[in-house]
Amino acid sequence: MENTPYAIEMINITKRFPGIVANDKVTLQLKRGEIHALLGENGAGKSTLMSVLFGMYQAEEGEIRKNGKKVKIDSPNDASALGIGMVHQHFKMVECFSVLENIILGVEDTKLGVLRKAKAREKVVELSKRYGLSVDPDAMIEDISVGMQQRTEILKMLYRDNEILIFDEPTAVLTPQEIEELLAIMRNLAAEGKSILFITHKLNEILAVADRCTVLRKGKYIGTVDVKDCTRAQLSRMMVGRDVEFAVQKEDAKPGETVLEVKDLCLASKRSKRNSVNNVSFTVRAGEIVCIAGIEGNGQSELVYGITGLEGVLSGSVHFCGEDITHATIRKRSLLGMSHIPEDRHKHGLVLDYTLEDNLVLQRYFEPEFTTRAGVLRRSNITAYAERLIDSFDVRSGQGAETVTRSMSGGNQQRAIIAREIDKDPRLLIAVQPTRGIDVGAIEYIHKQIVAERDSGKAVLLVSLELDEVMTVSDRILVMYEGEIVGELDPKTTTVEELGLYMAGVKREVKQ
Amino acid sequence: MKKEKTPLLRSSGFQNLLASLICVLGGLVVGFIVLLLIEPSGALKAILAIMTSFFRYPGKLMLKYFGQTLVRTVPLLMCSLSVLFAYKVGMFNIGVAGQYVAGACFSLYSALAWKLPWLPCLLIGMLAAGLLGAISGVLKTKCNVNIVISGIMLNWIMLYSTNLLLGKVKSPSSPYTLSLKGTNPKALLPSLGLDKLFFDEKSVTIAIPLSILIAVGVWFVLQKTKFGYELKATGYNYNAARYAGMKENWNVIITMFISGALAGLGAGMLYLTDISPWETTCASVPAMGFNGIAVAFLGGLSPIGSILSSFFIQYITTGGGFVDLQVYSSQISDLISSLIIYLCAFVAFFRFFIQARIERAEKKKAEADNANKTEEGGNAQ
Ligand SMILES: Nc1ncnc2c1ncn2[C@@H]1O[C@H](COP(=O)(O)OP(=O)(O)OP(=O)(O)O)[C@@H](O)[C@H]1O
Ligand SMILES: [Mg+2]
Repeated sequence: MENTPYAIEMINITKRFPGIVANDKVTLQLKRGEIHALLGENGAGKSTLMSVLFGMYQAEEGEIRKNGKKVKIDSPNDASALGIGMVHQHFKMVECFSVLENIILGVEDTKLGVLRKAKAREKVVELSKRYGLSVDPDAMIEDISVGMQQRTEILKMLYRDNEILIFDEPTAVLTPQEIEELLAIMRNLAAEGKSILFITHKLNEILAVADRCTVLRKGKYIGTVDVKDCTRAQLSRMMVGRDVEFAVQKEDAKPGETVLEVKDLCLASKRSKRNSVNNVSFTVRAGEIVCIAGIEGNGQSELVYGITGLEGVLSGSVHFCGEDITHATIRKRSLLGMSHIPEDRHKHGLVLDYTLEDNLVLQRYFEPEFTTRAGVLRRSNITAYAERLIDSFDVRSGQGAETVTRSMSGGNQQRAIIAREIDKDPRLLIAVQPTRGIDVGAIEYIHKQIVAERDSGKAVLLVSLELDEVMTVSDRILVMYEGEIVGELDPKTTTVEELGLYMAGVKREVKQ
Repeated sequence: MKKEKTPLLRSSGFQNLLASLICVLGGLVVGFIVLLLIEPSGALKAILAIMTSFFRYPGKLMLKYFGQTLVRTVPLLMCSLSVLFAYKVGMFNIGVAGQYVAGACFSLYSALAWKLPWLPCLLIGMLAAGLLGAISGVLKTKCNVNIVISGIMLNWIMLYSTNLLLGKVKSPSSPYTLSLKGTNPKALLPSLGLDKLFFDEKSVTIAIPLSILIAVGVWFVLQKTKFGYELKATGYNYNAARYAGMKENWNVIITMFISGALAGLGAGMLYLTDISPWETTCASVPAMGFNGIAVAFLGGLSPIGSILSSFFIQYITTGGGFVDLQVYSSQISDLISSLIIYLCAFVAFFRFFIQARIERAEKKKAEADNANKTEEGGNAQ
């Protein structure tokens, strides 16, 4: 039994969904103590394969072996019993519970029906020390950063003594610093003999930590390679079937008139007494891409909420195309030509229980093309419009325009939002982390689209945590630190190091 | 994109129907067992009475009872539409019971005290009930008070206010409100000759076709209009509705208004027929509203399903009234229909169960097919 080097083997797994074969005879062999990356385009079937292993879906064909022995995994409970744990692409936690309560949920230690939290807490604190996973056990999930939520999810697996750990796109929501920490933690875990399955779209992360990498394309198994013999270009070619350009080709910006003008904007913070956005002033002109860089939690999200109207402002003003929109309704801003790719696609960007086509018209359903004078939806126009967007942005799903959005893969959900917001033909495109969770092939496409928008005279405000993206796409960089803009940089003359110093608050420009 | 037709077993409508039928059957079986336990000798007769309902009577009488059943189906249908409308927008309107009371109160009061004709009475009742619902909506959006909590509170407030107010128009010798026929016949809903179809059952009025039209209307609004699109978006994801520039708070309030108005209209449609007066001493909120919740679920939360399920529940209830009262107490009909209603709560569960069964069967079949294939392959070699 122990003579096989594999902790888990998934052999010829086939899983079908209505209209699509999500996994088509896929084989994946995970060695004991290795970090095994899983790579593939959006909708290639990575999450599905992992959900099969975790017992959330049952494969129609194929078998799963643990230590060479065939096992049956019908539910996440079975998976847990076999020592398999998973951090999901979209976290699954109870918002109004504390970190500790979420960790012990389902495996509570009780005495006469009373929770014994003290013992659990000891174990959690011990684990978090051992693996460098800093969390505050008593904080409420709704109050903590995504990074800490993720560490909570990892602790959840370790608390259950799992030895096979599945990470589904854990780095998509993290800051570069947090990513470094996470990769280090993963190396530690592997060194301790845990076997790790790691899904990511960021090739450098795979090159940094993974031992081997399995590639899927459109549900099919393409191959497994040793990462140390591989380059970025090779991996991406395997994944999308063609060469991918990583650099963004663009001409110099030719900025025109001012489109967005933010003056002395202040927003209150929900958590502390200090303003989350403090006296921020800047402009974005037509035909340029201005990027707000900064470490997560320095007021970028709130700044966008203030500009788009999702949150009320304390003081200051926002002018859009010459009009004062500081207190305008969200609809008004949208009609004036503001598009917004939101940071949190599930919270703001999509109505997950609506079909794809209904989501694609979410910003324009009221236009005469989609609604008659009497207020009746023109269903056939909506479908036709949706099909056009699905085609041109290559949004993949099981049943096309009629797919329920919830069932779509994370990256394809994001593509749908991008398609919707860009196709609105805005004067100002506000894109917050637009390429979060998107495969390299599609990132290339989206960056091209954003540059094309700029070239056709649109103003673009980009908020990104990805330094690569910040450096390659933008024409002008504004760095935010603790709610203030601390520097304006030119991506052509600055370096990543300098940018980092501004982001960390070490360096700042003196206000003129 | 090619469109594949979903097989019958897989379609959600069919699964809903199946689940509802299972509930109904289960309710009848359990009801029968209860009858057996109370008094075995009469059980068969009683359950037959319930199931055959008005059909066991000869021609003319049957029509009359049929008519009465329809008359009482109307408010049930309206209450279930009220529940379902709010539910589609993400709210559980348990206040439907109070809104129903408000509708009864104001339509009766305007008919008996102000002597208004039927249409204003109906509209006033509807408006009052709508406003009561809107209060819940405002409390939700402005002070974040849970719709269920405010609904339950308002139910009781409304009940006692109604007893107080209608106490002014009750007959001097009993706790019941005055009859419309004697006080203000103008307030009786017109029947447009429909009563003739049901052997001159005077309570059969335009309310019946009207309520069916309204059910279709509710379906249309929710499925086909921009308004419905906005409301459902608000219900599914409040934040996304906000992001898309919909007036999310207003949507919550207007939904509660419409939901309340539907229930209030249902009350008016019953009480403005003189089929039963309001009892000003009643100390519990009428079950009509709550039954509307069950009916909505039994109908698979679809307006068209509600038409069928509300009629069915009322049919059984009427049938219960025909059970031999010498053998069983008069509450037996309520008991049976509440058993069915109770089981309705399991509709969702049964649906889940059916789905799981279908999936398992399909998986087995796929596995068997595979085994066959490999075997064939083996033979060929
Ligand atoms: N529950 C479901 N019901 C129907 N279809 C589904 C379901 N889950 C996934 N799919 C479909 O299966 C395909 C594979 O999805 P999956 O989530 O595994 O992709 P992925 O490789 O994880 O992509 P991403 O990188 O975007 O996360 C997609 O086309 C998706 O639409
Ligand atoms: Mg995925």
